[in-house]
Amino acid sequence: METLDKVKAGQSVTVRKIRGTGPVKKRLMDMGITQGTEITVVKLAPLGDPIEMKLRGYDLSIRKADAELVEVE
Amino acid sequence: MKIAIAGNPNSGKTTLFNALTGLNQFVGNWPGVTVEKKEGKLKKKKNVHIMDLPGIYSLSPYSLEEIIARDYLVNERPDVIINIIDGTNLERSLYLTTQLAELGIPMVIAVNMMDSVDKAGDKLDTKKLSEQLGYPVVGISALKKRNIQQLIKETLKAGEDKGSVPVMKFNSVAEEAITGIKEIVGSKADGINDRWLAVKFFERDEKVSDTYKLNKSEAEAVEKYIKKCEEKLDDTSESIIANERYKYAAKVASSSFVKKDKGALTVTDKIDKVVTNRFLALPIFVVVMFIVYFVSVTTVGAIVTDWTNEVLFAELIAPGVEDWLVSINTADWLTGLIVDGIIGGVGAVLGFVPQMFVLFLFLAFLEACGYMARIAFILDRLFRKFGLSGKSFIPMLIGTGCSVPGIMASRTIENERDRKMTIITSIFMPCGAKLPIIALIAGALFNEAWWVAPSAYFMGIAAVIISGIILKKTKPFAGDPSPFVMELPAYRWPTVGNVLKSMWERGWSFIKKAGTVVLLSSIFIWFTSSFGIIEGKFTMVEDLSDGFLSKIGTALAWIFKPLGFGEWRLTVATIMGLVAKENVVSTIGILYGFAEVSESGEEIWELLAASYTQIAAYSYLAFNLLCAPCFAAIGATKREMNSGKWTWFAVGYQTVFAYAVALIIYQIGTLISTGAFGLWTVIAFIVLGLMLYLLFRPQPKRSLTGERITA
Repeated sequence: METLDKVKAGQSVTVRKIRGTGPVKKRLMDMGITQGTEITVVKLAPLGDPIEMKLRGYDLSIRKADAELVEVE
Repeated sequence: MKIAIAGNPNSGKTTLFNALTGLNQFVGNWPGVTVEKKEGKLKKKKNVHIMDLPGIYSLSPYSLEEIIARDYLVNERPDVIINIIDGTNLERSLYLTTQLAELGIPMVIAVNMMDSVDKAGDKLDTKKLSEQLGYPVVGISALKKRNIQQLIKETLKAGEDKGSVPVMKFNSVAEEAITGIKEIVGSKADGINDRWLAVKFFERDEKVSDTYKLNKSEAEAVEKYIKKCEEKLDDTSESIIANERYKYAAKVASSSFVKKDKGALTVTDKIDKVVTNRFLALPIFVVVMFIVYFVSVTTVGAIVTDWTNEVLFAELIAPGVEDWLVSINTADWLTGLIVDGIIGGVGAVLGFVPQMFVLFLFLAFLEACGYMARIAFILDRLFRKFGLSGKSFIPMLIGTGCSVPGIMASRTIENERDRKMTIITSIFMPCGAKLPIIALIAGALFNEAWWVAPSAYFMGIAAVIISGIILKKTKPFAGDPSPFVMELPAYRWPTVGNVLKSMWERGWSFIKKAGTVVLLSSIFIWFTSSFGIIEGKFTMVEDLSDGFLSKIGTALAWIFKPLGFGEWRLTVATIMGLVAKENVVSTIGILYGFAEVSESGEEIWELLAASYTQIAAYSYLAFNLLCAPCFAAIGATKREMNSGKWTWFAVGYQTVFAYAVALIIYQIGTLISTGAFGLWTVIAFIVLGLMLYLLFRPQPKRSLTGERITA
């Protein structure tokens, strides 16, 4: 299963599912990462982490460790 | 009437708040926490109170800001909510709107940044938006003050109206469960909308179930409804609700908003192509920081600060006040207290005010234009390794000028754990006032060797990293699994008014503090250093060495014996360093019998060299660089932590850490250079071992569920 942290810059994916429970998952969902959301990974930070992505018309940055919870296709 | 302004961060809440209240506002902290609390009164209508709630994305119980906003809305029940939403970011803003609606409080929606929407050629139909949501919608530009009067009119009208408020409906399966739960918990909703309560119970919100206790059979019945729904939809209840809300928000947004050019790069995209570029990001960052540091710490700030310290206070105010006090025959001791104690002590701190204003001006600008979020983005990886965040860099950098503005700059770090860690560690960076101590030790014992000063900076950086790693693994810092999820807001040209206001608010809170903590401690130090007992009589002393302070120093000197400088003069100088680190060198000078010494204390180099080894001197340097900072910085810590307990922890940690480092340097250094071995050498090795253990032990595992943050 591909996860969001593995997506290359410039690629667009659709969210399938978010693993885990509790605050981290809720925070990701509150920011708009919900089932079916289209996400475009824009770039990685110069040091390789975190990730910058576009979704729902705005820019969001999350760490790879948190992005790993997001299953995409 | 009470109005609350709620909305996402960066939606222009503060600009709107300023536009509505003018100068009628009060800034404080929410009780017990450092989240800013702004209250004001509507211009020309003094009986209308306006509360600016913290910027939030959701009403979940997981962040301090959210809990505060939610508690305020639920417990204080304002008469009307102004939900400010960013017209250029409609979908995500509406997610919060659906949650606010459930509170059952009349609401007006202010779609902000209509000017940017128009400029981009996009179309936002506020009428359609209003039809779909069922709330009055006003398109405004808080920045250009467009349509503010109409917003006020609509808000006051909605505030009078006590009718029911429309809410969104979830899918039929979830609705069924929520309706069932509402029947069970509805009776507990005293004044609170029963639907909100039912949805929260459905989401298994722990804050709500702690507050509104259910008996066992009720709780079981509620759980049964949730389980049934979860099984049917194959997802957790919390996810179901979030999904439904976003689906609704997307639907509403797509029917009322038409983007002109879908794939086109925005101005922000273009700027970010350069500013957060893989190769250019770090060089650009270095240049920006260099400018900020250079202007605020070394040039403009330093010139103005020197002038305030050396001319305004030392030459104009102090002698002026002294002459006046003498002319009206004030008692000597009172003149001393006012001139040397209060003006000297408080003045030393107020001297930093101009420098801080320059710095706060830059910070306010960097924050408001959107670059601060990029700094965190660029540096996060580096700082995360030692328990800090990307935003910790700025407090550290500023801390090399003065810890006080450094600590205050930590306010831009939203995550509370990161902020505390930054405050505790940022004082390890050698501030400007510690430079004379370095010069004294380098000159007196190391023949002005070039490496002493850089080594002090390296020691500071090492102390930050080591402490970061050690503290990261301790319980209070390891428990909170708060993720790094950060919006990169669109770049915006900030308004002069907002930047100046932010600068003034921070600067003023510092001045107020100088009037309390620093004032009291200055009086204490002045008293203990100017009074003493000579020949059995309590009297004012001419010589610092006769005062109570030197007695205290003598009594405490043994503590520093294992560090190699257990002698009363150096001890007193260290204590005087609490008032201001500049005092350390001048105190040593006075105690060695010189009326006044130059900044680096050249006059006493020989005397010091005769009585101390290089290792003892370096240990003294290490202790003074790392131990509890001056009262001004402790005061800033207290202000930013907003907790006495945490302030004591910070100061205690810093001092214990300094002691441990100095002990290791002196004991192990002496062992290597002279072969002297004793009980303290053993202890030094134990301390070293303990530090290495704390440094290298495994990180306690991060749990995905985590603990809740308690407000």
